[in-house]
Amino acid sequence: MSTKFVIDGLKAEIEGKEILKGINLEIKGGEIHAIMGPNGTGKSTLASALMGHPKYEVTGGSVSLDGEDVLEMEVDERARAGMFLAMQYPSEIPGVTNSDFLRSAINARREEGNEISLIKFIRQMEGKMKELEMNPEFAHRYLNEGFSGGEKKRNEILQMMLLDPKLVILDEIDSGLDIDALRIVAEGVNAMRSEERGFLIITHYQRLLDYITPDHVHVMMQGRIVKSGGPELAQRLEKEGYDWVKEELGITDETVGQA
Amino acid sequence: MSTQLTTPTDRQSTEALARSKGEPNWLVALRGQAAELTATLPWPKPEKVKIERWNLTAVGQYEATAAVSSISELPQTVQELIAEGTENLLVQKNTGAVWSKLSSELADKGVIFTDLETAVKEHSELVEKYLFQAIKFDEDKLTALNAALWNGGVFVYVPKNVEVELPLQAVLYNDKAEATFAPHILIVAEDNSRVTYVDSTVTVKDAVTEAFTHPSLVEVFVKPGAQVRFGSVHSLGESGVDLSLRRAVVDRDGRIEWIIGDLNDGNTVSDTKSVLVGHGSTSDTKVISVGQHKQQMSLTTQAVHFGKSSDSNMITRAVMRDSASAIINGVTKIEHGATKANGVQAEKVLMLSSKARGDANPILLIDEDDVTAGHAASVGQVNPEQVYYLMSRGITKPDAERLIIHGFLAPVVSEVPVEAVRDQLNRLLERKLEG
Ligand SMILES: Nc1ncnc2c1ncn2[C@@H]1O[C@H](COP(=O)(O)OP(=O)(O)OP(=O)(O)O)[C@@H](O)[C@H]1O
Ligand SMILES: [Mg+2]
Repeated sequence: MSTKFVIDGLKAEIEGKEILKGINLEIKGGEIHAIMGPNGTGKSTLASALMGHPKYEVTGGSVSLDGEDVLEMEVDERARAGMFLAMQYPSEIPGVTNSDFLRSAINARREEGNEISLIKFIRQMEGKMKELEMNPEFAHRYLNEGFSGGEKKRNEILQMMLLDPKLVILDEIDSGLDIDALRIVAEGVNAMRSEERGFLIITHYQRLLDYITPDHVHVMMQGRIVKSGGPELAQRLEKEGYDWVKEELGITDETVGQA
Repeated sequence: MSTQLTTPTDRQSTEALARSKGEPNWLVALRGQAAELTATLPWPKPEKVKIERWNLTAVGQYEATAAVSSISELPQTVQELIAEGTENLLVQKNTGAVWSKLSSELADKGVIFTDLETAVKEHSELVEKYLFQAIKFDEDKLTALNAALWNGGVFVYVPKNVEVELPLQAVLYNDKAEATFAPHILIVAEDNSRVTYVDSTVTVKDAVTEAFTHPSLVEVFVKPGAQVRFGSVHSLGESGVDLSLRRAVVDRDGRIEWIIGDLNDGNTVSDTKSVLVGHGSTSDTKVISVGQHKQQMSLTTQAVHFGKSSDSNMITRAVMRDSASAIINGVTKIEHGATKANGVQAEKVLMLSSKARGDANPILLIDEDDVTAGHAASVGQVNPEQVYYLMSRGITKPDAERLIIHGFLAPVVSEVPVEAVRDQLNRLLERKLEG
């Protein structure tokens, strides 16, 4: 069965402030959707609410992955059901090595007694690290601790590759990446494109979309998707900014939750 | 409050016992004096922990112990702590040594590694020069008690320029509350020598249910240019009180490293101090602890700087569960004249229960201008952002928390020099964190 991810009328609030005001979006396996939009318009909130961050309270709407109710699931269940979020600001976890973490994450998807063998795991991890041109020492470093911004992003992609998710959300995966890293990360994403997998890519810049051509581009303002189009929409935004969208829609303040 | 000791620690019987064991006169006299002082000296007074309220009187009786002829005669708990194929091993059971071996290679180099009781007989002058010099026997009731009662014990002597590659290992265990368990560990590393010593201090759990007190002292002398790594994991039973004082005196360009796991199930006072006497002397102290049930603990690390350009670093990390409580003190003292000294300390407590208590008290006492010093202290819960991050990768909540907690302690665990002891530490952590 090909993947189908449906967001229907999703509303969410944080600390009593409504940030998401009804998001509708459908992502099928094989599709790449890009979400763009000015700062503070709710993009990361959408990503967090979808993943189940405990600070965000969903107040309305529904989300399903292959017919399963995502909002009913705990965060770890969502991940095991096939969701993956590369975070805008990944956490640092001192004392837990990257490789111990990755192995735990892989084994969490397997039955007890059927854990991945250490040798097979190391081979997989080292293979993917090589593709991402990561220094092998990062396997033994503590998870994200002291990683540079770009190294953290690369490490998020490493996790994505090893965990083989069905629905991938990338929140500003391109921020902090140098030109070479941007290409490497984009190649990593492209290598993962498949009919089984859908992508939701949050970004501010066309440069990422030069590498990863989206099927659909959406603009978010005021906690809603206010405009959707094809790849040409991203190109126009890159050239002209958001003013024309705001004008077209009669929006003066595009942010959300600023009281 | 005056405390009745179940063992007669009066002068006469203490001296009589020492004499009957064939101890040299200087020690007989020292023990006698100490015994007398146990009646009048006060218990140590660690910050905010009232140890007088603990049962400190169960110091037990002297019992002669017979040596074992093979490791396999030792309890399973003890056997699994022993590094495979080690030639350098000392085992103390309750009141005395039951196993003592040193490789002929090290013996030929002049290294001494034996129980302290044997050492005072075979190397009386050498031991006399150091015993109770780093810690005075008349400092308080604890030091006097140890001086009067100690038996078994450990003596390590490393001659000038000798580097001992493999760790010297000791296992000190008790399996009955009625027998005195009061080790004294003395380490002397001569100029430019190098040695690693690791011990495990354990109770054979099911065998001991009655109250017991474990007054233990460690003295380390680090001579110019010498390096000593001292690792110690304590896991005494719930009915025990562990009173452990450790002190190193470090000469010019010498270095002491302490790696301490305070993982007892009972109340604990642990005080680990480096006295940096020489110019360029350095000290690195790492302590971890897990408190559970109603355990009360006082964990102190100290560095005292006299030497110019001396350097100290101290880390204590504790995880507190249930209604356990720990007062964690870090004391960096820089004396006048210790110019260019640097002292850094960090105490961190992870609270796993709202009923647990963890106080971190960093104390900097600085009598010199031209120095650098720093401290950090924090008490907090498992960070929910971190739990979320791990869960977002499919890891269950309990596993996520377990990873984070073990990660919190990892910087110390990974430093433990002997693999068997590192495994012991991991097993203990597993048990204490998940039990
Ligand atoms: N944890 C929080 N506490 C309070 N306010 C929050 C929190 N998270 C988000 N908000 C608010 O919600 C609004 C949307 O934030 P969000 O991070 O979703 O924006 P974004 O579109 O991802 O912006 P950017 O492009 O800068 O990353 C902002 O006003 C932000 O301050
Ligand atoms: Mg964002």
